[in-house]
Amino acid sequence: MHSPVNFSQFPDQAGHFGRYGGRFVAETLMEALHELNEAWQDCRNDPDFLAELDTDLARYVGRPTPIYYAERWSRQLGGAQIYLKREDLNHTGAHKINNTVGQGLLAKRMGKTRLIAETGAGQHGVASATIAARLGMECVVYMGAEDIQRQAINVYRMRLLGATVQPVTSGSRTLKDALNEALRDWVANVDNTFYMIGTVAGPHPYPLMVREFQAVIGREAREQMLADHGCLPDALVACVGGGSNAIGLFHPFLNDSEVAIYGVEAAGSGIDTGRHAATLCAGRSGVLHGNRTYLLSDENGQITETHSVSAGLDYPGVGPEHAWLKDIGRAQYVAVTDAEALRAFHDLTRIEGIIPALESSHALAYVTQLAPALRPDQRIVVNLSGRGDKDIYTVAALDGIQL
Amino acid sequence: MNRISHCFQALRRAGRKALIPYITAGDPHPDQTVPLLHALVHAGADIIELGVPFSDPMADGPIIQKACERALSQGMSLRGVLELVREFRRTNADTPLVLMGYLNPIESMGFDAFAAGAREAGVDGVLTVDLPAEEASELAELLVAADIDPIFLLAPTSSIERIRRTVELARGYLYYVSLKGVTGSAALNVVEVEEKLAMIRTCTGLPLGVGFGIKDPPTAAAIAQIADAVVVGSAIVSRIAEWADDPERMRQEAGNLVSAMRQAMPVDSV
Ligand SMILES: Cc1ncc(COP(=O)(O)O)c(C=O)c1O
Repeated sequence: MHSPVNFSQFPDQAGHFGRYGGRFVAETLMEALHELNEAWQDCRNDPDFLAELDTDLARYVGRPTPIYYAERWSRQLGGAQIYLKREDLNHTGAHKINNTVGQGLLAKRMGKTRLIAETGAGQHGVASATIAARLGMECVVYMGAEDIQRQAINVYRMRLLGATVQPVTSGSRTLKDALNEALRDWVANVDNTFYMIGTVAGPHPYPLMVREFQAVIGREAREQMLADHGCLPDALVACVGGGSNAIGLFHPFLNDSEVAIYGVEAAGSGIDTGRHAATLCAGRSGVLHGNRTYLLSDENGQITETHSVSAGLDYPGVGPEHAWLKDIGRAQYVAVTDAEALRAFHDLTRIEGIIPALESSHALAYVTQLAPALRPDQRIVVNLSGRGDKDIYTVAALDGIQL
Repeated sequence: MNRISHCFQALRRAGRKALIPYITAGDPHPDQTVPLLHALVHAGADIIELGVPFSDPMADGPIIQKACERALSQGMSLRGVLELVREFRRTNADTPLVLMGYLNPIESMGFDAFAAGAREAGVDGVLTVDLPAEEASELAELLVAADIDPIFLLAPTSSIERIRRTVELARGYLYYVSLKGVTGSAALNVVEVEEKLAMIRTCTGLPLGVGFGIKDPPTAAAIAQIADAVVVGSAIVSRIAEWADDPERMRQEAGNLVSAMRQAMPVDSV
């Protein structure tokens, strides 16, 4: 079906996935990226580093996360059997901490004393503030002024954890602008500062490094499915904002060409309304935040504003590896609307007793289309990237309920 | 020979250093850009860097970010910038113009179309902030073929390897970023800048410009002692912002700063 690409050999030395990825930053950041890459290359093969990481993932994060068979939901949908990879059970409630534990250890190795991060929904900000607290480091989280309004609870969580939440008032005052501001901070403070990017975007080596920290999801899922069923799943489904939980699940299966792979983007009010965040489904190639990838931009190359009910998917770019996987056809990218995601949110909550994050609800919504199209002896693994506690105010407001 | 090398040659003969003001095209309004360019030339600008506004100017501080936002809200685009250059060229055939901006608008137009359009409009150099040498060869070759100089940044952190790599592609002049930070940051350290320029000079004979952090005539004068060109951006853009509602005063204030810098910059006896 596919040309025999060995996916573990990508990206190349310069961070390219085909024509995507790379390092598109001002000269002022090139040396910092070089230094980061050197440190990371040392650590990724260092048994001491990996042992410390494994211990932290086990004792602090709570890994491995289980695979849960959603039996009642599978039966109701009437098709393939559905398995949830329970990233919602991680400490801080989402997959984001897999990455910040790793980058935090690296920052410590590099002798940095200050962590900075960007955040949209606040999940990566919380995961960063959590690690900073544990390592005793200063932490500054850049967050769009709009998002600070929308995500008051996570803002308070970050402050409780001792982080400074820095409002970003430039541009569209959302995640993309927070990322710009974090990059500006990093340029000025590279000597003592480590920039933790929260997804598989940014300049090389971030897309690779974040993928490797998140690939624990897919490695576990692969082992768990093999142990329980003696075979690989037929399909994988994950939501795609920047793409870190998705690539984390997908990557260890990329060379298994019999496993179908679906990334689910946010169609917001519907792609044809223009109010969406479906970068791969509706965008085109461009350069933003240090890499070449698919982007949502206007005809003049200006980045456009996005919309999604889920703040974590509200990003006009996407990790470069996903752009490449789309172009070569190894993964398929689809989009579901706010309304479809909300329906899935309620379904999983009522049928399985699990309140999913609105981001993850996008993956679940696609499963409701995919499962009935498959046979009952087939299996789907869906990444339940986070829990929905952070979203109950949003959902209540949409349902017209005042909490 | 294009306008940029011509300009540096003439300056060298006159024992002078280049003064290069930066403004964002379309800020505060597209109608005011060409008159502003003329005012800057009149005040003593040797070369002008014309910013192409971008929605995500990640290497710029708040002053130029706001300028980009003002320009974009007036509908400015890369196509519009080329149109302004064409208009400027009708009444000024000599002053080199360098477009400074980010890659995505260029990529969106297409490298070939951009190189052809920029040449036809009368652009002399292109500085793409987020395009380091490692990723730049395709665009740089197209620009050189169109007789446009690809201008590159160097930074305090640039290693000798990176400097060598960059000067291989660079034409026109090199733009040394004088401090760790974004445009409009605090004061620069002249001694440190001088040391780094000496290191860069071991790799290239191209003229060296210095920018970021040059706010006033004394700093411009100090930099002119050690560099071939002085680039001033945020200090001018903040005057433009201050007088946005009074175009005449705006041109005057921007021009006054440029001529004060011009006068402060020493002239060598040749
Ligand atoms: C629970 C959850 N899932 C998914 C995402 C989207 O990010 P990514 O696509 O990088 O996994 C977020 C981002 O905040 C999130 O909080």
